Amino acid sequence: MSAPPPSAAHPAVVPAATAVPATEAGRRRSARVFWSQFLYIATGNPVTLIAFTMFLLIVIVALFGPLIAPYDPLATDSANALQAPSWKHWFGTDNVGRDVFSRVLIATRLDLLISVSAVAISFVCGGFLGMLAGYYGGWWDRAVGRIVDTIMAFPLFVLAMGIVAAAGNTVENIIYATAIINLPFYARVARAEVNVRRNAGYVLAAKLAGNSDMRVMALHVFPNALPPMMVQVSLNMGWAILNAAGLSFIGLGVQPPTAEWGIMVAEGANYIVSGEWWMAIFPGAALMLAVFTFNLMGDGLRDLVDPQRRT
Amino acid sequence: MSLPLLDIRELTVEFATRNGTVRAIESVSLKVQKGEILGVVGESGSGKSVTSFAVMRILDRAGTICGGEALYGGMDLANLPEPVVADLRGREISMIFQNPRSALNPIRKVGHQIEDVLRAHSQAAGAGLKSAAIDALKQVRIANPEERYHAYPFELSGGMCQRVVIAIALACKPQMLIADEPTTGLDVTTQKAIMDLVVDLARDRNMGALLITHDLGLASAYCDRIVVMQNGRVVDEGETDRLFAQPGHAYTERLIRATPRRDSALRDLLPDVVPAMPPDSEAAPAAAAPPATVHPRRGGEPLLSVKNLVKAYPSGSAARRSPLEALKRKLSGTPPDTFRAVDGIGFSLQAGESLGLVGESGCGKSTTSSMIARLIDTTAGEIRFNGIDIGAVPAKDFARHEMRSAIQMVFQDPTESLNPRFTAFQSIADPMRRLGGVTTADEAWARAEIVADQVGLPRDLLTRFPHQLSGGQKARVGIARAVALHPKLLILDEPTSALDVSVQAVVLNLLADLRRQLSISYIFVSHDLNVVRLLCDRVIVMNAGRIVEQGPADEILSDPREDYTKSLVAAIPHFRAVASDVKLAAS
Repeated sequence: MSAPPPSAAHPAVVPAATAVPATEAGRRRSARVFWSQFLYIATGNPVTLIAFTMFLLIVIVALFGPLIAPYDPLATDSANALQAPSWKHWFGTDNVGRDVFSRVLIATRLDLLISVSAVAISFVCGGFLGMLAGYYGGWWDRAVGRIVDTIMAFPLFVLAMGIVAAAGNTVENIIYATAIINLPFYARVARAEVNVRRNAGYVLAAKLAGNSDMRVMALHVFPNALPPMMVQVSLNMGWAILNAAGLSFIGLGVQPPTAEWGIMVAEGANYIVSGEWWMAIFPGAALMLAVFTFNLMGDGLRDLVDPQRRT
Repeated sequence: MSLPLLDIRELTVEFATRNGTVRAIESVSLKVQKGEILGVVGESGSGKSVTSFAVMRILDRAGTICGGEALYGGMDLANLPEPVVADLRGREISMIFQNPRSALNPIRKVGHQIEDVLRAHSQAAGAGLKSAAIDALKQVRIANPEERYHAYPFELSGGMCQRVVIAIALACKPQMLIADEPTTGLDVTTQKAIMDLVVDLARDRNMGALLITHDLGLASAYCDRIVVMQNGRVVDEGETDRLFAQPGHAYTERLIRATPRRDSALRDLLPDVVPAMPPDSEAAPAAAAPPATVHPRRGGEPLLSVKNLVKAYPSGSAARRSPLEALKRKLSGTPPDTFRAVDGIGFSLQAGESLGLVGESGCGKSTTSSMIARLIDTTAGEIRFNGIDIGAVPAKDFARHEMRSAIQMVFQDPTESLNPRFTAFQSIADPMRRLGGVTTADEAWARAEIVADQVGLPRDLLTRFPHQLSGGQKARVGIARAVALHPKLLILDEPTSALDVSVQAVVLNLLADLRRQLSISYIFVSHDLNVVRLLCDRVIVMNAGRIVEQGPADEILSDPREDYTKSLVAAIPHFRAVASDVKLAAS
């Protein structure tokens, strides 16, 4: 039995000087690659740039809302109730004299928290179930497929109402309910994307390299299913915000006096007929803007996770 | 000479891309006479398909004809209004495409698809339509045309589908036929049948034909005249015999050399002078090394011995059975219907030996190699490797087996076998990290660079993603990944079938060099007997899951005993000219 070539059998003989710079260069490169990729995509498509800028704005408001807001969102001032928008109160005041502008800003954090965590949960759980179904097929596929079909068989908003009504009116339950009704979309996309790739050459090669099934799935198959899933994420974020606001609107979500876009629209709706339009319009516009931003981000997110777009 | 049927003059086509306009073909001129078969030969990216698409005016939206003319019967196809061209397509000029399955509508009966073209050109109507369609099927020698009229494309084999495509192309009796790689992806025997059919029909009807192919052997066997294209230009042109005897251009000579023939040796495939290495070079790292024959050790324990290997799949009829019926059969103890993809084969492989596994699609050669690589489970039989029965280890547990690193594989399609999210380095380093005991990034880089040097992959390409590499470079990454663990057995599953001939020549030489340097045993799976002969000591010919014939590679190719092997060997297209061989052998 002949020995493998000496140079390969003893990698230690390679002077460290030749190996280390290459490594550092590689690391520096991979750190830089994300930002250059981000800039390339953002500048290549103005719509994506606008969407990312608006998203950044929303995140800043969510993080620093309490610092920016000019008034306490819960402080009532009955002397100043139902004031039209003015320089003092940009978005006017509501029926108990609270500043609508401050409330819209403060509500951003809660709405973003609900939608992001709901989407994150359904992305992880749905993606994982779909991945198992697509990779193993057979019983996994049938079981996951029927669970997903069962969820889809209900009108989704009614299902969310039912879950919140049964489990109780808390923010966590709204998140879980929203996550459950979004789960089928991720499971289906993940299943389809993983299924077409499970016998690709690089997956077989990964098995030959000694990767266990879990590693093959997590490191080789799933990342390649990311681009279409990212489009799903962005569409779902908008949808999740609407869903949370919808639950609050019908009184099943966040309870007053907490500032939340859905409740504010619900409360303001009563006053539209009497001419006090600002109470409902401004939170509604904030909601619309957020949904719009998330929908616009879809293409950009997909391009960001697609290696083919790296040039 | 009479007026040519198709006269392309100085045709130039540009494509608008993200990085500005690209000239796909530049000043291409060629003529096709009535009754003549003209071959257009070149490697990928040479512009041969773009030429035919421009003539048919089916370029995609980014492409524009920006110069020259394509005269057909006095009309300039490049400048005719679209409705006129649409009327000419199919009636005067027809085209056969590369992949017959994607050229047919999957949800319509093939008979109806033939009727579509007849109706579009008012060749037949009403009651005459069906009989005309059946007649068209008859002409392409499909058995039982009345029955096949009702078949859907998925019910037909690849060769049958291509016959239907030809029937559609010729239904309106066009004067000119363009065939774009009509037999790529088909077996050699099917290829021969299809090409014979196309050429017979063209000769019978005195049509002009343009055969676009990357296969010089095929062009030589069927064409009257050949045009050689490179980088969007015509570099050489001539009568077939003349062209092979005296290539008029260095590129033609290189192509002829790179095409494996019955008598060529591995080193003959490479050009004499290795050009100064450009950054994107495909040149061999060790082209100057003398060809060396490896003498496998005879006798003693074989490295691999396969006995009575069987792989059975549930047959089609079993899958269609209703659940109730299936349960009844299970209870009554009826054995399940199965289809045996591999049906009791046995062979052995010595250390350092190279074995070819040859056969047409569906013969079970890929299933056999997947079982030996332990990617799929066996149904029965024994795979003994280094004395251990690895066939008994379930495929899903083999990732942790001690022999995992000793058996590695190189896959067919270099693009599809690399993870698009992994850089070349990550692809090569993955097996080393999992099985090679490499833990630190520095060590992985150091070893990846050694392997990259072994396979002739420039080190600076290690940080690139697959889509940033050329076909030959991707093939090298795939080979580097497989040899990174110093396997004892390397399974090569048609490693060069997706590559151009000149790249194939380099990769085959690289594989031969690696085998000598690292003393690896090879199992080389291929449908191309000429390529197998170059790399293998011994050949096994398979058909329908069984071994038909086995023996030394040269003997099988020059003196096959079984009828099946004879038909395989006879179907390989060969160069007609013998003079060129003499000249090349002398050089």
